[in-house]
Amino acid sequence: MSKEASFSAELLCLLEENPLRSSETLAKLLGCEPEEVEQEIARLEKDKVILAYKAIIDDEKAQRRTVKAVIEVKLVPERGGGFDRLAQRIARYSEVTSCFLMSGGYDLLVFLEGSTLQEVALFVSEKLATLRGVTSTATHFMLRTYKEQGILVGEAVDTNRLPISP
Amino acid sequence: MQPASDLPAGTILPFRPEGESWVARHVHDLPRSGIRDFFDLVQSMEGIVSLGIGEPGESTAWNVREQAIFALESGKTGYTSNLGLLRLRQAISRYMERLIGVRYDPEGEILVTVGVSEALDCALRAILNPGEHVLYAEPSYVAYSPGVLLAHGVPVGIPTRFEDGFQLRAEAVAQRAKPGVKALLLNSPANPTGTMVDEEELERIAAISAKNDWVILADEIYAELTYEKGHRSIASLPGMKERTVVLNGLSKAFAMTGFRLGWACGPAPLIAAMVKIHQYSMLCAPILSQEAGIEALDHGTAHVESMRRSYRRKRNYLWRSLTDLHFPCHRPEGAFYLFPSIVPFGLSSQEFALRLLREARVAVVPGTAFGPSGEGYLRCSFSPRMGDLEEAVGRMSRWMRANFRKEAIPATGD
Repeated sequence: MSKEASFSAELLCLLEENPLRSSETLAKLLGCEPEEVEQEIARLEKDKVILAYKAIIDDEKAQRRTVKAVIEVKLVPERGGGFDRLAQRIARYSEVTSCFLMSGGYDLLVFLEGSTLQEVALFVSEKLATLRGVTSTATHFMLRTYKEQGILVGEAVDTNRLPISP
Repeated sequence: MQPASDLPAGTILPFRPEGESWVARHVHDLPRSGIRDFFDLVQSMEGIVSLGIGEPGESTAWNVREQAIFALESGKTGYTSNLGLLRLRQAISRYMERLIGVRYDPEGEILVTVGVSEALDCALRAILNPGEHVLYAEPSYVAYSPGVLLAHGVPVGIPTRFEDGFQLRAEAVAQRAKPGVKALLLNSPANPTGTMVDEEELERIAAISAKNDWVILADEIYAELTYEKGHRSIASLPGMKERTVVLNGLSKAFAMTGFRLGWACGPAPLIAAMVKIHQYSMLCAPILSQEAGIEALDHGTAHVESMRRSYRRKRNYLWRSLTDLHFPCHRPEGAFYLFPSIVPFGLSSQEFALRLLREARVAVVPGTAFGPSGEGYLRCSFSPRMGDLEEAVGRMSRWMRANFRKEAIPATGD
């Protein structure tokens, strides 16, 4: 890996870990100048390598009543385009929070969010299932989150280190 | 002492300070650890951010913890061979060959111990006749001098200097080569300075050791945690495996301090002598730790690599932050400690650390805990979590501005 590429990769790791750090702190961590960090972040944002910065929230603690579901979707592939056209069409719905092409027993894994169970169910039956090319859907509602994007939910920090040790 | 026969049966005697007279002289004369006093003080205070930890800030990888749980569920609760489980010794043998390029026979050249501390103790007791000398670079790990004294040896610290990057120089070693020296204790990368012995010096030191027929005790517990170049073991130099006992373990790189698992690799006769001591004092290392250790050595490489990357960044962060605050400080090549000088601030190590603790509520270890040549320095660990490092730097920065030349200290520690 070139020096530039490894700098970029390290910076991305740090931003993924915590995007709120100042460019001064990031520069100290990477052993460079804050201006270099700012320039590289600007480039990564412009090139859409960094798509967005988001917070990971414990919905239970935040008392958010959102309903989340994952849908297994089977599709008929299209000549020339495979699954792309239909997948992109599905991904554009605002109810869809994530959408992945999968190997195995179904083709798309679609993550949905809505304010009620009925809202999500209606979206699947009226919008998703009726799309030309969708042959079947299987809906699974999420009941509880234990880990979200690499972060354990609700776990106490386990740093019970002695304050001074040799 | 009153004769017991004068007392009614069941009488409990009060604690009598003259009981001290029962303590063996060499134990009685052993100084209390400087770290111990500081620890007691820090423990009594609330809201402290600590850069005083001598262990990883992260917990052990889950696959390793899970393996320990599984071993417990499977009823693995008995003794093991004195040497340690053969499967573990085989895993250690493979690991050591990868790490330092030296092959050790799991059947007779590897002893599994309760941490490197026990391995060092066994090694010292196995080789030292009363009055024999052991050389080591100072500032040094806190247990070296007491360990030698407890084995009835004579510790000979070789002071190293900030101006010289705390390097152990072959010339300084050669100056101490005289009858009565039995061994050289080498710690690279070093606690508390983070210094790695230069390769050329290492070769010269090896030559001096061979010429004088010394045993080398190589404490390589930080061998995995190097940030610019790979670790080179003295045991890998021509002819040196035969006179070197390499000490290593899982505490630092694998974040397994509480598992207390270490090992010694060396010439079979020395390992056999160490086994004698180990079998009568410790019997064996805890079996659950040994089972977890196999998992760590066989499947822990990726986790070690990810921790090493994280330490490297945190080293960069803390080093830049401290130099911005005008601490003269080397950027260490290994381990997870900075050893900044506080000479410009006109306080002793103890005074500086105490004031920093009481006034800024940041704990560091005074350099004097690591021997007299540690005066003028502090040991600051960069192993804590990044949030703690940032908090410590912020507090130190505000405290420094309030107490030292204001114009010289930047407005924020960030």
